[in-house]
Amino acid sequence: MRTINELAAQQTMRACSAGFDVERVRQDFPILRQQVHGKPLVYLDSAATSQKPQVVIDAVTRYYQAENSNVHRGIHLLSERATELFEDARAKVARFLNASDAREIIFVRGATEGINLVAQSYGKMSLTAGDEIIISAMEHHSNIVPWQILCQETGAALRVIPINDDGELLIDEFRKLLNARTRLVSVVHVSNALGTINPVKQIIEMAHSHGVPVVIDGAQAAPHLSVDVRALDCDFYVLSGHKLFAPTGIGIVFGKAHLLEAMPPYQGGGDMILSVTFEKTLYNVVPFKFEAGTPHIAGAIGLGAAIDYLTEVGLDKIAAYERELLAYATDALSAIPGLRMIGTAKEKAGILSFVLDGVHAHDIGTILDQEGIAIRTGHHCAQPVLQRFGVPATARASLALYNTQEEIDALVRGIHKVTTLFG
Amino acid sequence: MSDLRELYQEVILDHNKRPRNFQKLEGANRTAEGYNPLCGDQITVYLRLEDGVIREISFQGSGCAISKASASMMTAALKGKTKAEAEDLFETFHNMLTSDLGVTFDPLEVGKLAAFSGVREFPVRVKCATLPWHTLHAALEGKGEAVSTE
Repeated sequence: MRTINELAAQQTMRACSAGFDVERVRQDFPILRQQVHGKPLVYLDSAATSQKPQVVIDAVTRYYQAENSNVHRGIHLLSERATELFEDARAKVARFLNASDAREIIFVRGATEGINLVAQSYGKMSLTAGDEIIISAMEHHSNIVPWQILCQETGAALRVIPINDDGELLIDEFRKLLNARTRLVSVVHVSNALGTINPVKQIIEMAHSHGVPVVIDGAQAAPHLSVDVRALDCDFYVLSGHKLFAPTGIGIVFGKAHLLEAMPPYQGGGDMILSVTFEKTLYNVVPFKFEAGTPHIAGAIGLGAAIDYLTEVGLDKIAAYERELLAYATDALSAIPGLRMIGTAKEKAGILSFVLDGVHAHDIGTILDQEGIAIRTGHHCAQPVLQRFGVPATARASLALYNTQEEIDALVRGIHKVTTLFG
Repeated sequence: MSDLRELYQEVILDHNKRPRNFQKLEGANRTAEGYNPLCGDQITVYLRLEDGVIREISFQGSGCAISKASASMMTAALKGKTKAEAEDLFETFHNMLTSDLGVTFDPLEVGKLAAFSGVREFPVRVKCATLPWHTLHAALEGKGEAVSTE
């Protein structure tokens, strides 16, 4: 039973999120209207991929119905229009991240390709044997493996910032790792497995005081927080469109212009050149130097539409609403006997990773699915951090702006079903 | 809940909670490791194979209820069986899991493993049930490399 005080607190909470109408937001996402296994869909897997608002679906459809053409090449009207839309999307991303120039935005397939681009272009250019790259213990495989490959190729070594039992970076340990051999730091902004929001501004300042550039993996941050690359002063920032309510297969790398200009191309092909002869090829200017081949035009346009949508709803309102929802969900889940939260950092966003005594995450996932509840189970492509917590897998519910307290209640009821079945 | 009861039959829940032959086998002459990269399941199967007969069998590892119960019941079913009988049972078991719904089985052929017939309705969980068997196969073949369901 809830006490009067709790109910009053809840009322206050609802009042705080005034100006954010979750029911109206839900209307914008057509996929949420469906039933799964005869139950209303409760989608709590937005950290894996987010759902798409109608405006994004419409923008992609309109492009293919009325605007489809290749970019940067044609003299005809459709090509001009497609180019304009594509470059508009780039400008929107630049504004969204507060980059000073749209040239600093490179379109890629997603955050993974973004990190690979930085590793293979910037990394190969600047690292030699004996150099060091620092990452953290809570990285996604996409911010581990590209650096391991680079280390193998260059003879550089990977160093890892440890974390505490709450899933927070040990900043003093980071300070100790920074040294004259450090050439690059690459850390995640928001952990996909734990939800921890890392103090990236502080990390960047510390690295810069050693003259070391910093890559930030923002795949999980951008949907929840407003990101200002100039205020952060990060050297590179990568994100995935599909986690930001945009189509799959599109993402971006932000890079400071002077770094991008100094970097060699990532891939060779069309669009990234000024002129080609068999003797000598002149590369195109930034950002086109990094965009070989026909890009995912529809995806970029969809990303632009998603950014317009988020801007219209209001990123600060979204962040405030999600903070309340996360607090509500954390309290509700923590009250379940035998449930242990993995990732209890003070600063968290949108992720509830947990284990249940005597029940494997995979079984939790199957049982919840029968209730129409979609969560992720497994190692979340972050095996090292789960090893740190001594668990092979967790169940992970992740939140987005369209989730509600009622959905959290359904999750709690579902977990009680799991414990009953396995009791 | 009815579908779930089909999947999580009592015998499966029991083997999950109290897995049989769940230890490292001293004196094993065949071992193999299996992984399900999708969910992080990991299993090691240990055998003492003599004259083509599985004299002893055990397993260790971590996994969901389906994979753990499957491994436990596999070890219980195979002790004393020949290599050929074990491979036949794997084939029967695999056929059962991947057959169309409604197909019935000869209980004599699958024995207690019939408890896993409900897995058919959960295609993403078939790999959980077959991982121990794929690992067993690798151990019987004496291949040193790890098995993956992907």
